[in-house]
Amino acid sequence: MIFKNHILRANEFIAERPKLQYYLPQALTLFFIVFVIGYFSFNAGVNMEDQGMETGFSFLGGEAQFDIQFHLIDYHGGMTYGRAYLVGLLNTILVAVLGIFFATILGVTIGIARLSTNFLVSRIAEWYVEMFRNIPLLLQLFFWYFAALRALPPPKESYIFFDFAILNIKGLYIPEFVWTNFNAFFYSILVSIVIVVLFIIWAKKIQERTGKQYRKFAISSGIIIIIPFLSIIIGGVGLEFIHPELKQISETIFNYEGGSKAIPELLALVVALAMYTSTFIAECVRAGIEGITKGQKEAAASIGLTPGQILRLVIIPQALRIIIPPTTNQYLNLTKNSSLAAAIAYPDIVLVFAGTALMQTGRAIEIISITMLSYLTLSITISILMNWYNKKMAIKEK
Amino acid sequence: MKKTLKHLFSLFAVFALVFAIGTEAMAAKAGKTLKNTKKKGFVKCGVSQGVPGFSNADASGNWTGIDVDVCRAVAAAVLGDAGKVKFTPLSAKERFTALKSKEIDVLSRNTTWTLSRDGGIGLTFNGVNFYDGQGFMVTKASGITSVNGLNGVSACVNIGTTTELNMRDFFNSKGFKYEPVVFEQADEVVAAYDSGRCDTYTTDKSGLAAQRTKLSDPTAHVVLPETISKEPLGPVTREGDENWSDIVRWSLNVMIEAEELGITSSNADAMKTSENPAIKRLVGAEGETGAALALDQEWSLRIIKQVGNYGESYERNVGPDTPVGLSRGPNAQWINGGILYANPTR
Amino acid sequence: MININKIYQWSRTNLFSNWYNSLLSLIIVFAFIKFIPPLLNWLFFDATFRGSSKAECYGDGACWIFIKVWFQKLIYGLYPENQVWRINLAFLILIFSVITSIFVKPTIRRYIIIFLIFVFPFLAIWLIGGFAIDIESLEIYIPILEEVDTRVWGGLSLTFIIAIFAMLFCFPIGIILALGRRSELPAIKYSSIVFIEFWRGVPLITVLFMASVMFPLFLPGDTNVDKLMRCVIGITLFEAAYMAEVVRGGLQALPRGQYDAAKSLGMGYWQMNALIILPQALKIVIPGIANTFIALFKDTPLILVVGLLEFLGMIKLAGANPDWLGFAVEGYVFAATVYWIFCFSMSRYSQRLEIRFSTERK
Repeated sequence: MIFKNHILRANEFIAERPKLQYYLPQALTLFFIVFVIGYFSFNAGVNMEDQGMETGFSFLGGEAQFDIQFHLIDYHGGMTYGRAYLVGLLNTILVAVLGIFFATILGVTIGIARLSTNFLVSRIAEWYVEMFRNIPLLLQLFFWYFAALRALPPPKESYIFFDFAILNIKGLYIPEFVWTNFNAFFYSILVSIVIVVLFIIWAKKIQERTGKQYRKFAISSGIIIIIPFLSIIIGGVGLEFIHPELKQISETIFNYEGGSKAIPELLALVVALAMYTSTFIAECVRAGIEGITKGQKEAAASIGLTPGQILRLVIIPQALRIIIPPTTNQYLNLTKNSSLAAAIAYPDIVLVFAGTALMQTGRAIEIISITMLSYLTLSITISILMNWYNKKMAIKEK
Repeated sequence: MKKTLKHLFSLFAVFALVFAIGTEAMAAKAGKTLKNTKKKGFVKCGVSQGVPGFSNADASGNWTGIDVDVCRAVAAAVLGDAGKVKFTPLSAKERFTALKSKEIDVLSRNTTWTLSRDGGIGLTFNGVNFYDGQGFMVTKASGITSVNGLNGVSACVNIGTTTELNMRDFFNSKGFKYEPVVFEQADEVVAAYDSGRCDTYTTDKSGLAAQRTKLSDPTAHVVLPETISKEPLGPVTREGDENWSDIVRWSLNVMIEAEELGITSSNADAMKTSENPAIKRLVGAEGETGAALALDQEWSLRIIKQVGNYGESYERNVGPDTPVGLSRGPNAQWINGGILYANPTR
Repeated sequence: MININKIYQWSRTNLFSNWYNSLLSLIIVFAFIKFIPPLLNWLFFDATFRGSSKAECYGDGACWIFIKVWFQKLIYGLYPENQVWRINLAFLILIFSVITSIFVKPTIRRYIIIFLIFVFPFLAIWLIGGFAIDIESLEIYIPILEEVDTRVWGGLSLTFIIAIFAMLFCFPIGIILALGRRSELPAIKYSSIVFIEFWRGVPLITVLFMASVMFPLFLPGDTNVDKLMRCVIGITLFEAAYMAEVVRGGLQALPRGQYDAAKSLGMGYWQMNALIILPQALKIVIPGIANTFIALFKDTPLILVVGLLEFLGMIKLAGANPDWLGFAVEGYVFAATVYWIFCFSMSRYSQRLEIRFSTERK
């Protein structure tokens, strides 16, 4: 009872003083935060002193001494921990980009399939979504890596697709592209893009002035195909493939050398991430298309637009506005989920940096902090990019 | 409304109270390691996740192995019963963290003694219980008979080990190309090698011999003869509790010296009447060996009686008559041409 | 006869409405005929169910003996077999109190809910983990229930222990964070934003690494917080940030009038939120909350990266056992089925709630 009275009196006291009401909770919060941070840093300091641990980021300049299986930039163990970090970060970005690419294609396809008038197609799409979104990603990853890809044959008995791609237990090999006169080809593409842009602007003007419509899509794609093709014939642009070759290392050990190689860890990760995330993207796409009322379509049809035009001019622009924000979230999730690489030996930032480098240097605080900050930066970058795009797509009230 | 507020407050009070009790129960306060171990009644020992002969649990959870024996020796010395050990299986990656966060007090998990570990990351190494070296395993069918045939292979290895670094030194010095495939769990490495994801599996030779027993067809694999590194393996403790480190160091030492002096688990009691003062000191019949470690007089006798000397432990766990089948090699006593050399217990 | 006609009409509109739909339908039917029977054969008809060792698995089908032999471990992990009753008892108490709370009067139900939220979790910890009376100053140490190290906890039971604890604690923390983010006091608002966005911006795996590797360094040298507990704290804070965003959605959806009405009644900040705002806001976002819980459940297997073996971890351990190499597929199929059943029923339940609440509001 006394306790209760005290509290009530304290409440009254605070209620009568608005300034106190404003500053007291903030001061308490800040004090709490400072206290927690201070307490943790104090303990960390004492512990590291006790155990004779060094601190600081100077280790990043030290020699890493370990090799990494898969690297996009030049790397060997004689380079620094900083370089190893960069290799890991790039590998993470690679998985994220590939994952986003395939997840989007798959997700959009499944999302549209769910709305198909074909009973079988829509049912299968529905079951695909229900199945893969309700199984933990890590389990799917294990399945692809430890069960599916481990069952592939050794290099000698590889699956070979169209004399082009080679798949075996050690990875997927495709020929390396070697260009001659690549510059000419590159410029021809640039030129064709410029021409297409100019053509579309011109066609729009004509349409506004006279109402005459050109088949913009067909003509543009024609330009984009024909000009680079001419450059190949006239400009002497050549594309050669360096095919991976089977090399015998010993009596039973064979390896493909040359060409471009995707290690099985990467394949499993991309497949699992794409399939898992595509279910969520499919739901976003479906919601986006279903979100457009029937009236819109009818209105569009009544002013004489063709079905293609309805899709292109009415449905897609509106649906995208509904689809993009939640899809951004899925891209963010995919990027963060790519950290599961550590569970299957794909050398991403978590495995290389928060794994091997952490073990060799023992700098837990520094390394975990850097890793977390890297992900935070990636996440924030994707958010900013998508927000910018979102703003561009938003309805411009006239 | 006031009633609800009162409810809310009492709820929070109850919540806070229960939470406080809960954390208190889980956050075991630890004092000095020795004192705490005596209070808890068991030695907290970190071991591997299953390396036959070194630390391996059978189906009913009994641990055996020469790494395990070190912990049992510590338990015999400190608690009087070699059975009072709680084993914590750890991956290579988490072992040092577990030690530093006091989840375990002794790490006896084929850990290589290196300068950077001893100096830089807050660990104390307490002697060597196995002298090892890194080797390679390949399939017999591959026809590779020497490490010189390894150019261009992919190699499976455990993450965060000295093995990972030695491997690079080796391939670099030979100018060989290779592809390192790193896994966290030893079992994953073995499975990857077994499935053909890698052409060779590299770790300490003792580890290769032990892990080979786990492969689907052990006879189809060979360990290449060359040794590419020095791997002195030994028990590790936290820096900062010298007394505890001393106990671990000298418990191991007692086992080694006991073998040198011919004291075994069966004759230890009889040795009390020996003429040799070194033997008498080791079985607690002379001198004050226990006092220096804050232990009683019979600590070393208990180690020998309950765990046995180093030789007994070796023969029982990894010797030629076991599935692991390793000869003594460098792990023989110095008087027998090995490099095992115990410091005098006096 | 009418039926055949109906089927014809139905397939006309739903399967063969135009040439490409017809083609798609035919391809799908063909794929079904090609792939479903072998799959069924592998799963059931050629599979081995009876026996107790690997040697008894022959034929081309799945070897379900693998699951049978490991079943106990998949549920309880490496928990000592003679102590398993403690886990069972804890879950029985949980199930029993949940079921009774459905059938009793609301006045009694309130006490059951209070028991479940504030007493049960700690009771369960003591029951499963064991406890002892430990008064340091008096040197008293009396073990009451044998201590079982959290390292040997595992299997499906650990999945549920983690999920239940994290759900229980992330909810209040999420609400406080959401209120903090909507606060008019800048210090509180911005610290909440930073906190929420930090946890939402990093992957759970790094949070777990932080909990297992970095966190011990932040505590005084002589305390040792159990690794499982550290991980549960990490997961809780992580999910709390997501929960906060869900709750914030509900708070934003409430019309301003609700706040004004509460204030005009002379209610203070906490009274207003506890009695007027939150009950309504939470009701709006129940589906979102359910989705967060499902996500949490699907995230639990991640703890295996720090060496804790819940259900998936145990499956993997079993598959790597030298005696049972080569049964990875069976293990993963079984695990997938179990996770799928739980997640799917939870998501269906949340969809039903969504429909119910969306009609209620209209």
